[in-house]
Amino acid sequence: MIADNPRTLFEKIWDQHVVHQEPGQQTLLYIDLHLIHEVTSPQAFEGLRLAGRPLRRPERTIGTQDHNVPTTDRSLPIVDTIARQQIETLRHNCREFGVRLYDLDSPNQGIVHVIGPELGLTQPGMTIVCGDSHTSTHGAFGALAFGIGTSEVEHVMATQTLSQIKPKTYEIRINGSLGRGVTSKDLILYLIGEITTAGGTGHVIEYTGQAIRELSMEERMTVCNMSIEAGARAGMIAPDETTFEYIRGREFAPDDFEASVTRWKSLPSDPGSTYDRVDIFEAEDVAPQVTWGTNPGQVTRVDAGVPDPADFADATDRQSAESALKYMDLVPGTPITEIPVDRVFIGSCTNSRIEDLRVAAELVRGKKIADHVSAMVVPGSGIIKQQAEQEGLDRVFLEAGFEWREAGCSMCLGMNPDQLDPGERCASTSNRNFEGRQGRGGRTHLVSPEMAAAAAIAGRFVDVRHWD
Amino acid sequence: MKPFETHTGIVATLDRSNVDTDQIIPKQFLKRIERTGFGQFLFYDWRFLEDGSPNPDFELNQPQFQGASILVGRKNFGNGSSREHAVWSLDDYGIRAVIAESFADIFYNNCFKNGLLPITLTPEEVHQIHDRVNQQDGYQLTIDLPAQSVRDEDGLEATFEIETFRKECLIGGLDQIALTLNHIDKIEQFEKANGYCQDS
Repeated sequence: MIADNPRTLFEKIWDQHVVHQEPGQQTLLYIDLHLIHEVTSPQAFEGLRLAGRPLRRPERTIGTQDHNVPTTDRSLPIVDTIARQQIETLRHNCREFGVRLYDLDSPNQGIVHVIGPELGLTQPGMTIVCGDSHTSTHGAFGALAFGIGTSEVEHVMATQTLSQIKPKTYEIRINGSLGRGVTSKDLILYLIGEITTAGGTGHVIEYTGQAIRELSMEERMTVCNMSIEAGARAGMIAPDETTFEYIRGREFAPDDFEASVTRWKSLPSDPGSTYDRVDIFEAEDVAPQVTWGTNPGQVTRVDAGVPDPADFADATDRQSAESALKYMDLVPGTPITEIPVDRVFIGSCTNSRIEDLRVAAELVRGKKIADHVSAMVVPGSGIIKQQAEQEGLDRVFLEAGFEWREAGCSMCLGMNPDQLDPGERCASTSNRNFEGRQGRGGRTHLVSPEMAAAAAIAGRFVDVRHWD
Repeated sequence: MKPFETHTGIVATLDRSNVDTDQIIPKQFLKRIERTGFGQFLFYDWRFLEDGSPNPDFELNQPQFQGASILVGRKNFGNGSSREHAVWSLDDYGIRAVIAESFADIFYNNCFKNGLLPITLTPEEVHQIHDRVNQQDGYQLTIDLPAQSVRDEDGLEATFEIETFRKECLIGGLDQIALTLNHIDKIEQFEKANGYCQDS
């Protein structure tokens, strides 16, 4: 049956949160949940203080320390005084403004986009913002979640709203099932390669189709997480039984859980609703992916070779590829599986959840990392670390030669001491391969946890579909 | 916020696409808790060699670009993270406007909160500006925000789109939080109607 006014998932959430709208003007949108961390909040708190404004809804604001925290022994003082000051500033601000903070000594501390879902704070139908572009992660629950700058962080603190221009809608449908050894990380890297890093600009992507429905919540979060790398404002997946079962029983799951589920079931896009743009892909076309360049759209299949810039039709793309290959020190035509790696990083808001650690551990169990490789695993949260240790995954990694660290963003952006040295080449489960992202002069190849784990053992990239 | 109405200044070009926020302001400078003083770190890893001396190959270090206040890129300028530090560093360096074929959304938004004007022109227009900068040292553009136009002294004239509210805020240098707080009654009504008043 077609509803009178069929709407998409995005439109339903948007409509439900409109506080004020004048014709031709921006929409004032209510924000249900505001997540904050130490890096993008201090100037916002300072703004409130200077203007003498209170934080409107402390109970809808949750803080954690993640971006610049050390992942080594937490009982030791933080050596970097500027980092320490930033961490102490968040602590002080949360106390002053009455905000719940998962601090360094909390068992729940972790990457903001890992702990929100893990604690049950992230729920279908919500509007969620955070001063971090990977806020798109939470869209995996059928929430409208997007990253904002510090001025908007201050705006949300003061008003619990944001003035927004309504984005356009973009359905990306993936038919069929992903093959063995092909993960949701490979899917999103493939999609970014197809639509480019600006492909989603101005749009909210809704991922649909059989391949998406078959994903676990962890896998869905990986897809939505990297929507920002496709340029999108947000990424979303309609909530279903997989979503409800994930939330059930979590600390902040709603008390009236069954009533909430009934409400959440009305969120998926109505039959007959339309999107501003639609692209359809086939899951069988997706192979394990490896980035070769300095943006996430510069990516190819593991069984291919490094592309030749001369093959790019567009002059700007050709020039980008040339400078990327120079930075990455790669020669066109080199098989991806002949590229050696020096470092391996398993972690980040993209791939540091328990499922990611389980599959990586399975691949390295009973093996040793290559002599010339150093590798580390950084769980996304204290809870994940604890769970992994209960399952004995820490021992699997340690026996294989990996380092096993405390939770945080770590080498995804290298704000803390976890960084690449100049010229080092890293297989990384993170989300950005920009120049210098993981350390000045460092060379990042984005891959799935399976591909990263296998690269650590082999000392080079391997096709996990045909490797044991 | 400082207002923006018209501006004439020297144009510097960055002839590359996908200039990302990690390049505009590398992560090692995000630990500061201030909002000011970021200009010295703008494009740090490109602008300075490992020993801290200026990189003679980097565009902004060229003599003809000294004192530039308008930066012209190519496609997808400002992609990457939400760090407003990228805008703060451009602003503090002295850049008043960035011209590109396209921008990443969060960077584009952040510009308007800080009196920095992002201008989207067609690839042909951007190309034309790059050509003119290459041909003429000290090349200048005049940006007229009320008229939504960019022009030089040799007949180049391009117009650009900008959403009305953003334009008004920039011209007036308006405090957007104060504007929203004018609607505080509507926010309260919304919270009441949706049962958002108690802790939940």
